[in-house]
Amino acid sequence: MPTETHATPAATAPRTEREPSAMSRTAPRASRRAHRSVGEMSYRLLAGSILTVFVVFFVLPVVWLLLAATKTDQQLVHDHPLSFGSFGALADNWHSLTAFQDGAILQWLGNSALYAVVSLVITLCVSVPAGYALAMTEFRGRKTLLVTTLVVMLMPTATLVVPLFLEVNAAHLIGTMWSIVLPYSFYPFGVYLTYIYFTTAVPKDLLAAARMDGCSEFGVFRHIALPLATPVIALVGFFSFVANWTNYFLPYVMLPQDDQMPVQVGVGNLLSSVPQFNPTAGSLAIERPQLALATLVAITPVLVVFLFAQRFLVSGMLAGATKE
Amino acid sequence: MTTTVSPAGSGRRPRGAGRSWAGPAFVAGYVLLLIAFGVLPIGYAIYFAFTDAGGSFTGFTNFVTTAQDFRFVDALGHVALYLLFWLVSLVVFVVALALLLHRVSSGRISQALRFLYYIPGALAGAASVLVWLFMLDPTVSPVSSLLGALGFDTFGQVIAPGNLPVLFTVIAFWTGAGGWIVVMYGALNNIPSDVLEAARIDGAGAWKTAWHVQIPMLRKWIVYMVILAFAGGAQLFVEPQLLSLASVGVAGRDYSLNQLTYDFAFQLNNVNGAAAVSMELLVVSVSVAGVFVARSRFFDAD
Repeated sequence: MPTETHATPAATAPRTEREPSAMSRTAPRASRRAHRSVGEMSYRLLAGSILTVFVVFFVLPVVWLLLAATKTDQQLVHDHPLSFGSFGALADNWHSLTAFQDGAILQWLGNSALYAVVSLVITLCVSVPAGYALAMTEFRGRKTLLVTTLVVMLMPTATLVVPLFLEVNAAHLIGTMWSIVLPYSFYPFGVYLTYIYFTTAVPKDLLAAARMDGCSEFGVFRHIALPLATPVIALVGFFSFVANWTNYFLPYVMLPQDDQMPVQVGVGNLLSSVPQFNPTAGSLAIERPQLALATLVAITPVLVVFLFAQRFLVSGMLAGATKE
Repeated sequence: MTTTVSPAGSGRRPRGAGRSWAGPAFVAGYVLLLIAFGVLPIGYAIYFAFTDAGGSFTGFTNFVTTAQDFRFVDALGHVALYLLFWLVSLVVFVVALALLLHRVSSGRISQALRFLYYIPGALAGAASVLVWLFMLDPTVSPVSSLLGALGFDTFGQVIAPGNLPVLFTVIAFWTGAGGWIVVMYGALNNIPSDVLEAARIDGAGAWKTAWHVQIPMLRKWIVYMVILAFAGGAQLFVEPQLLSLASVGVAGRDYSLNQLTYDFAFQLNNVNGAAAVSMELLVVSVSVAGVFVARSRFFDAD
């Protein structure tokens, strides 16, 4: 079946938006025929309530978290869970949070930003040319490289944490930022996305024409392919950033020092300074609203990326779904 | 990828596109990283798994000793039970919600719902666990009345060992399901409208259409989701680790296999034992990924 053979996920990638024409044609006819029967009504009621229950399930914790950061610990326990505290309490929480270990949270945020951005830059510099070469050029070992990439891409990142520790330990890099930046930079999903993009969206004739005009191989990549690849560069960038920012296990193992932690690990650390969760926390305690605020601060960059890059992220998930 | 080589595929390849040096030059950086952080760690895991602390070959000793560790069978059972709950809930709810969303006639509402379902994905990792620690603590939870109705009055009762697989499933579902709902919804849109029209003309209602037409056509996406969720779920680490921090080691300590590798390596100084358990997890995820790449038509390389 040659038609199926060419089916790459991007080629078969489902469309995000429904065609409006098909919708408007079928929907009224269907409802006319059903005459709003009892069955139809009860279906609507059931479907509506299921969808609503799940909206509450997915959104309620986020709303609660936003509100919790504006309360004092007293208010958190005694006021209505979905009430707003005050901006004063929010400011107080921020001051106590930043006072914890002399601004540890700010240091962690800085660390996270440094690790995520440096890895992102290396990832892009390495993945985009690789995806391009896999899609547009012919060389020995190309097929092997492609299959290896796919297999490694489908492996969860946590699988390699302990083996990576053994290797990085042997290279005496434990406790340096390279112990996580370099493993983060290896991002096969990015190579795969670029590969798919070039195979489906950039015609090879275009490159051949440029070569015929005397353009060098690097010139073809730099002047023809790269400008066309902007959407996929953004996509790989977003995914890589989110993956790096939210990783917990690898930095937890590689960077044991408090002042090197990224914010994900740092917030986990804060947890053990909350007396309600850890009765031995002592006098340098963190209160629960401050922990909620820390969680919010830790996810803000990712949340911003999500809100602004919604379309990008969705189309990327469809081009082969994410590695989670 | 032997299954995907077809005459049409090889014929499509343009001859002489890109001189032979260009390809290798462009992939060089990536290949270096692939070897250093994809292949070499696996080599390290194998080496450590089959040797002792002195570096001499020990055969399967590390595998046997770790398997006999009193926590190993428990951890295996925990992960298996968690995977069962996680995969079943993922398939049932993601497919059901995608089908329901697909029948919402207003495109705006449907898009808004998909986005709302997707938002918790931004809280992946430690953040999702922290949020749910609050949700599950009856003193501050917005659903404390629900917890009370289920018979849970204290945080300790909520995180009783028997509840953990369900709780980890809820957390994983909360962060991960939205993305899959978006994928399934997209896949449903890809089913040609004349197929659905034909089903309707044949008198199939919503249930029959879903069961006999739409779900079979979603099959490969469902399989893809299950494979990735299985491989990811087997690596369970951050949820029980943070829970054990939050409960001072009462719940969630040495709960999953990855926590066990962590404890072997860093608490017990048994790096070789850690490598052995890691290798078992590696074999599972590499073979799952390998079989999937080879057997499915998802990733046709050419």
